Amino acid sequence: MRTLYQFHGGIHPPTNKTQSNATPIAGAALPSRLVIPLHQHVGNSARPVVEAGQHVLKGQVIGMAEGHLSSAVHASTSGTIAAIDEQLVAHPSGIPDLCITLIPDGQDEWIARESCEDWTTLSHSELRHKLRAAGVVGLGGAVFPSDMKLYSHKQKIKTLVLNGAECEPYITCDDLLMRERAADILQGAEMMRALLYAEEVLIGIEDNKPEAIAAMRAAVAAGGHQKMDVIAVPTIYPGGGAKQLIRVLTGIEVAAGVRSTNMGVQCFNVGTAYSAWRAIRFGEPLISRIVTITGNVAHPQNFEALIGTPMNELVAQSEQLAGTTNYIMGGPMMGVPMPSKEVGVIKATNCIIASSDAIFPKALTALPCIRCTRCADVCPSELQPQELYWFSKAKNLDKAEDYHLFDCIECGACSYVCPSNIPLVQYYRFAKSEIWARDAGKKAADAARERHEFRESRIEREKREKAEKLAAKEKAAQEAKAVQPAIAPVKPDADPENTLQLKIQTAIDHAKEQAAAIKPKNTEQLTPEQQAQIDDIEARRARIRELAKDATPT
Amino acid sequence: MSGFFSPFITKPVSVSRIMLNVLLALVPGIALYVWFYGPAILISLTLASITALGVEALMLKIQNKPVAFFLKDNTALLTAWLLALSIPPLAPWWLVVVGTAFAISISKHLYGGLGNNPFNPAMIGYAVLIISFPVHMTHWLTPNGLGEIAFSFTDQLNYIFREVLPGDVKLDAVTMATPLDTLKTQLHLNGSISDILDMPIYGHLAGIGSEWVAAGFLLGGLYLLAQRIISWHLPVAYLGTLFFIAALFHLVDPTHYVQPGFHLFSGAAMLGAFFILTDPVTSPTTPRGKIFFAMGAALLTYLIRTFGGFPDGMAFATLLMNICVPLIDAWTQPKVFGKKEKQS
Amino acid sequence: MLGALLVMAAIAIVLGAVLGFAAIKFRVEGNPLVDKIDAVLPQTQCGQCGYPGCKPYATAIAEGAADINKCPPGGEEGIHKLADLLGMEFKPFGGETVPKPKAVAIIDETTCIGCTLCIQACPVDAIVGAAKQMHTIIAAECTGCELCLAPCPVDCISMAPIAESVTNWKWKYPVYALTASK
Ligand code: SF4
Ligand code: SF4
Repeated sequence: MRTLYQFHGGIHPPTNKTQSNATPIAGAALPSRLVIPLHQHVGNSARPVVEAGQHVLKGQVIGMAEGHLSSAVHASTSGTIAAIDEQLVAHPSGIPDLCITLIPDGQDEWIARESCEDWTTLSHSELRHKLRAAGVVGLGGAVFPSDMKLYSHKQKIKTLVLNGAECEPYITCDDLLMRERAADILQGAEMMRALLYAEEVLIGIEDNKPEAIAAMRAAVAAGGHQKMDVIAVPTIYPGGGAKQLIRVLTGIEVAAGVRSTNMGVQCFNVGTAYSAWRAIRFGEPLISRIVTITGNVAHPQNFEALIGTPMNELVAQSEQLAGTTNYIMGGPMMGVPMPSKEVGVIKATNCIIASSDAIFPKALTALPCIRCTRCADVCPSELQPQELYWFSKAKNLDKAEDYHLFDCIECGACSYVCPSNIPLVQYYRFAKSEIWARDAGKKAADAARERHEFRESRIEREKREKAEKLAAKEKAAQEAKAVQPAIAPVKPDADPENTLQLKIQTAIDHAKEQAAAIKPKNTEQLTPEQQAQIDDIEARRARIRELAKDATPT
Repeated sequence: MSGFFSPFITKPVSVSRIMLNVLLALVPGIALYVWFYGPAILISLTLASITALGVEALMLKIQNKPVAFFLKDNTALLTAWLLALSIPPLAPWWLVVVGTAFAISISKHLYGGLGNNPFNPAMIGYAVLIISFPVHMTHWLTPNGLGEIAFSFTDQLNYIFREVLPGDVKLDAVTMATPLDTLKTQLHLNGSISDILDMPIYGHLAGIGSEWVAAGFLLGGLYLLAQRIISWHLPVAYLGTLFFIAALFHLVDPTHYVQPGFHLFSGAAMLGAFFILTDPVTSPTTPRGKIFFAMGAALLTYLIRTFGGFPDGMAFATLLMNICVPLIDAWTQPKVFGKKEKQS
Repeated sequence: MLGALLVMAAIAIVLGAVLGFAAIKFRVEGNPLVDKIDAVLPQTQCGQCGYPGCKPYATAIAEGAADINKCPPGGEEGIHKLADLLGMEFKPFGGETVPKPKAVAIIDETTCIGCTLCIQACPVDAIVGAAKQMHTIIAAECTGCELCLAPCPVDCISMAPIAESVTNWKWKYPVYALTASK
């Protein structure tokens, strides 16, 4: 038996998982339309590569990965692009973002897929490239492009941790995925292990999911996987946080801002392993995922839903009950309230909870902090939440940073236990985004200062150089003058002023001559169209000049 | 309202429930108090409670804060009880009223109310009383069976509200100095510890009766520990340090320094360790800080008791250490996840 | 009585000496005031303060020649920071100086005649272009100082406020009522 480690704190909220984990994963009905955001992942938005009105096939790229850190977006089914515009997205801000709206044609017709019987024949960079092209991102919620996490220098990474802990209440999508598709997950894990040159694979599953543990263990045995362990970890929130799970399985503590790979571990969600496998083996891009529909519905259940499915159409299939106020994406601890019920499912949507006043009662009015430190007792990051709260509340951002605000993983354990009902995490979110904005402003100011100073010094330098040149010229002229008399006697009428005038005049004449000599080089053989274009431009310029003249204040 | 953001669920704990539990934990001590000293303490508890709630409501009203909402949190009640338990029960009614009113209005609300007061309100109230009315603060009831005269509940009531004693009874006949006080006076008169402890007011460990009341508070404290309402750091560090220092002095000079057990079960040590020092608002938040804080308080308690001018040192020790809380907190910030020098 | 007085006096002298020593020993040889002030200013270089750039304004403040409430781009927050830094009272903006929402300049490229006047005006070299060529503004470098608006002979530059988007959106300060009428 492997020795497991512990992390500090943690809580035991009611898990509420049995409602949705009793029925197998169902295929979701084809929705009436799909709203697919182009920014579903960490990094740059994908660039749209289709046009409104265009017909696309299932799996066709509609958004291209843009830049280093980005991921592609695909059509989830075949149909017609209805619009490329800003729509409400699954983001707490309620600010619209660029989305592609797709009206399915009902054919669900696949684009040609490139399957691969044996991924070992592919080079590592080919594999990574395929993952990026397939839009595979972390499905545990972080939605970080997976290809970026699968780099390794040989032998540096010892352990690949597969996260099947699923510690958040209500959510059961990973549970069901592991029960039903264990073999595929393990294939994906093998591939990831190879990419990382990792020795062992540790699969952590909380011990409240015995069926998933059994299924995964059976699949490990059946698949003959070596050095791959399915480990039951204690059920405690937030034991499924990447840092916490790594700590429990390996004893390694990955501090905030440190890459786990530097400490020899990399961690992936089981769903990501599954999608990576589908992408390589069958050439299927990430166009669907398992979503738990639960909360105020008659039949809580998991669905395999297309990315972009409007949430209300999905929830309808579980029969939404009366009294549903709004939807929460994710679990009750870290989930985000949706700005509208119609926003599309995204790659990060692991769960949709139809919330009602009965399920999640309105927050109680907060009392002042009584410094009871119940929050510090449960904080998995070993912070002092009451101090962070104090500083964030006072907008004392520097102090909050000093007290390690950025080590907070926003797990919500502190708010959960606070007897004063203070929305602690909300204060941390506020302080963090203030600090980000402030730092961005500071950076911009520094850049502006640098550019301004550079400009000043450049102007200074140009002035100096000009003056030096002038001085040198003058000196040369004077020297010439000094030498001249020895060769030829000074003409009586050639006083210095006249010479200068003469010089300027000749320069002007010269310039004029030159100007006259220069003729547009490529204007001889113009086609009539080109000529017309040029005329157009000239006309516009003339018009503008006119306008400008009018506009000039008299 | 705080808006609708995660986490959407909270544990069903509340400040009011916590404080209610603490009040509950005081009950065994109070019961033993009544057993040994008669029901006078119940009167002062009631007086203090009424005053506390009234003054709290008034202060909230003045500050335009929601009255019912804050009154429900039970913190004023706890302050009242702790103060009532710290002063002699047989005192004129205005003594406890003045103390409580001062504690709630000045030391709690003038500093910003719940969560913002740097000093333990009950101990401030106690300090004010002992400085302003030192004589009244020494009239402690004699435990049942020790006094020569039976002092009935009616007699107690009569004294508390009208300051009249039955017939020819003198106040001295029904009250006495506390065991700690007696010890101090006797030591001044050059008594030796063993002789003094042979006096009839002393029992197994400390004063007859009062040692049992202390045991009652210990029981309540253990309940709080079991309920995880307080952490072990404060009481253990406090009692441990007090025991250690007392033992040290006692070993060096047993004729002049009393046994450590005496210290633990005398005065407000038990009450303080579990109920006063542990006031979350006025104690440090870090585990290490709590230990330093309690050790400091224990040291001061012992020094004041043994060398200072007051018989008991709990209140002043608490207040002095309250001053240090922000410093202690700042200096004892624990290392966070992943940032410890050594990984275990 | 006398003894007590003597003790007090002695303590005062000793503490005074300690403080004085500490003041000398731990004196901070900080960077000059001008740089500190300049670090607080937003570096918009707009000249709205009446000085030709942030540094000259910083110098003027350091010399006591300028008020601290002359920088609209810094906003009230900027004044607070300056007040903190200099140990002065906060002073609200006076008269017409009002902070505007942050914006960037945009050149209407179809109208631009390529006169290069704006390039010469831009304090942070955020405009690219050449004589008789269409000009454009590097939005990321633009400080929003508006200095390029006036010189443009064809008025083709306008200011576009920076809209809140999913990327620059900020969490709001949590508010919950804590006054009467629960
Ligand atoms: S939300 Fe942050 S401060 Fe609160 S318990 Fe989680 S990690 Fe700690
Ligand atoms: S749990 Fe709440 S009341 Fe207790 S210390 Fe933390 S923030 Fe304060």
